[in-house]
Amino acid sequence: MSTVPLIETRNLNMRFGGVHATRDVNFKLSDGELRCIIGPNGAGKSTFFKQLTGQLRPTSGQVLFRGQDITGCQPHVPARLGIGIKTQVPSLFNGLSVWENVWLSACRVYPKAKALEVTRDTLERVGLTNLQKSTAGMLAHGQRQWVELAVVIAADPGLILLDEPAAGMSDQEVRRTADLILEINKSHALIVVEHDMSFIRMIAKMVTVFHQGAILTEDLPDAVMNNPTVRQVYLGKKAA
Amino acid sequence: MLLGVMATLAIPQWVDDFALIQITIYVVMAILAISQAFIWGFSGILCFGQATFFGLGAYTYALAVVNMGESTLPVLLAIALPGMFAVLLGYFMFYGRLSDVYMGVITLTVSLIFFSSVNSTAGPEWRIGNAPLGGFNGIPAIPSINFPGNPEDPLDAVTFFYLCAFSLIAIYGGLRWLISSRIGHVIVAIKENEQRATLLGFDARAFKLFAFTVGGCIAGLSGCFFANWGSFTSPTVFSLGQSAQIIVWVIVGGLGTLVGPIIGCMAIQWLTTQIGTQQTFNSNLVLGVILVVFVLLVPKGIIPSLGDVLQKLFGKKVAKGEDA
Repeated sequence: MSTVPLIETRNLNMRFGGVHATRDVNFKLSDGELRCIIGPNGAGKSTFFKQLTGQLRPTSGQVLFRGQDITGCQPHVPARLGIGIKTQVPSLFNGLSVWENVWLSACRVYPKAKALEVTRDTLERVGLTNLQKSTAGMLAHGQRQWVELAVVIAADPGLILLDEPAAGMSDQEVRRTADLILEINKSHALIVVEHDMSFIRMIAKMVTVFHQGAILTEDLPDAVMNNPTVRQVYLGKKAA
Repeated sequence: MLLGVMATLAIPQWVDDFALIQITIYVVMAILAISQAFIWGFSGILCFGQATFFGLGAYTYALAVVNMGESTLPVLLAIALPGMFAVLLGYFMFYGRLSDVYMGVITLTVSLIFFSSVNSTAGPEWRIGNAPLGGFNGIPAIPSINFPGNPEDPLDAVTFFYLCAFSLIAIYGGLRWLISSRIGHVIVAIKENEQRATLLGFDARAFKLFAFTVGGCIAGLSGCFFANWGSFTSPTVFSLGQSAQIIVWVIVGGLGTLVGPIIGCMAIQWLTTQIGTQQTFNSNLVLGVILVVFVLLVPKGIIPSLGDVLQKLFGKKVAKGEDA
């Protein structure tokens, strides 16, 4: 296995006027790894994702993908290099069908015939075959989350970023999403931002905790949840 | 399209010369309408200054044909030069990441700059080769399009009608093909959600620039035909009224369709002509009322609303998918 991390950030900083959204973030992820990122609201998790995907240009610091510096590049470049993102609020082509949403993702990467095959397979994999003709804008929130997941994985990115993939889902849907993520992790590296600790327990192997824009700690899930500092800043002292 | 071809072949047999000339200008303006329909309705680019490319096409043809005599190259130039200007303007707008509102303001401002600039070229020193720009008087006696390579053989009214009508049909077919292609799907996707398209790896700026340029070329051809139709062009081709008119055609016909703005354009032009034959109502007042009525009561426009009505009546999707 290559010793170069799949993605790495070096002293990543982002300032919005007086607000220091991310501060000196040094983060590494290996190929095939699944990492969960947790932290209270305003901890800088989504800003961190936006910096990784080129949506925000860092004030200082570097982002390296497979050793290549992608700091502040145009937002379509990280996607072309192999970084896919599911945003916090599902971002879909609302006027198009579920099939068209997924096909558009596949056709950017594959030739025509292969794109059709990948679209069909991806919809089946995510369990959306019966909704393929539905208009994306007419779907329920949980279904939209899955459609966006299908859109992301159809392009077969090397790294998948999932921003709160289980938000607004029922317990059954959360379970299914966790299974899906574990299945995707067999072939893809993932970074998952999530608030739901039961969901984190289902999928996490390693957890990174953000607090006030900086990395507070990185450890195994149980160790993180028993960490008194983490409990104080995020879980609350009485949390299990 | 078959209906269009049949109508094109039949019209010269049915109508007199005056009516044919009237219908020809409807068709010329319909080409302009379809250019706006594509860039606004399918690419989501709110261009308030489509008259810029229309005017550039008219002036490019006029200046080139007066100097060259033969019309083949001037026609090509009348398509290429507005296209190149669209590339230049579009580059600064899309790569400068301007929002829709600013894009509307800039395109309108550019058309008004052309209007004002060309208006100020009345003196004899303002000429390109043998062709005086003419200022607010415009350029009269523009030579008509001739059969390629034969400047002594200009097109008659019927042949010119065929040229315009078949150009409209070809453009309509070409745009339908483009919209159904992979590039077209991406252009529509960018209109739907530019952020998602970008995060999938599509460079939205390049696709928008391409669509804007296609629209500029089509509007340029329309301007070329317009200069031919009356053998005359003047700075009013760049005017605010001209730009506003194009927007009204698209709104009335139906945003998000190609055939709708063609119908909207022809219907409004016919109405304007009819209003012009009487002295009771001012045509601008009537057109203003029509626009207000459509925006308030038929916001989707003629074709999508007609599709909705037919869908309700027959319980299936009729006409709606025609352009979608």
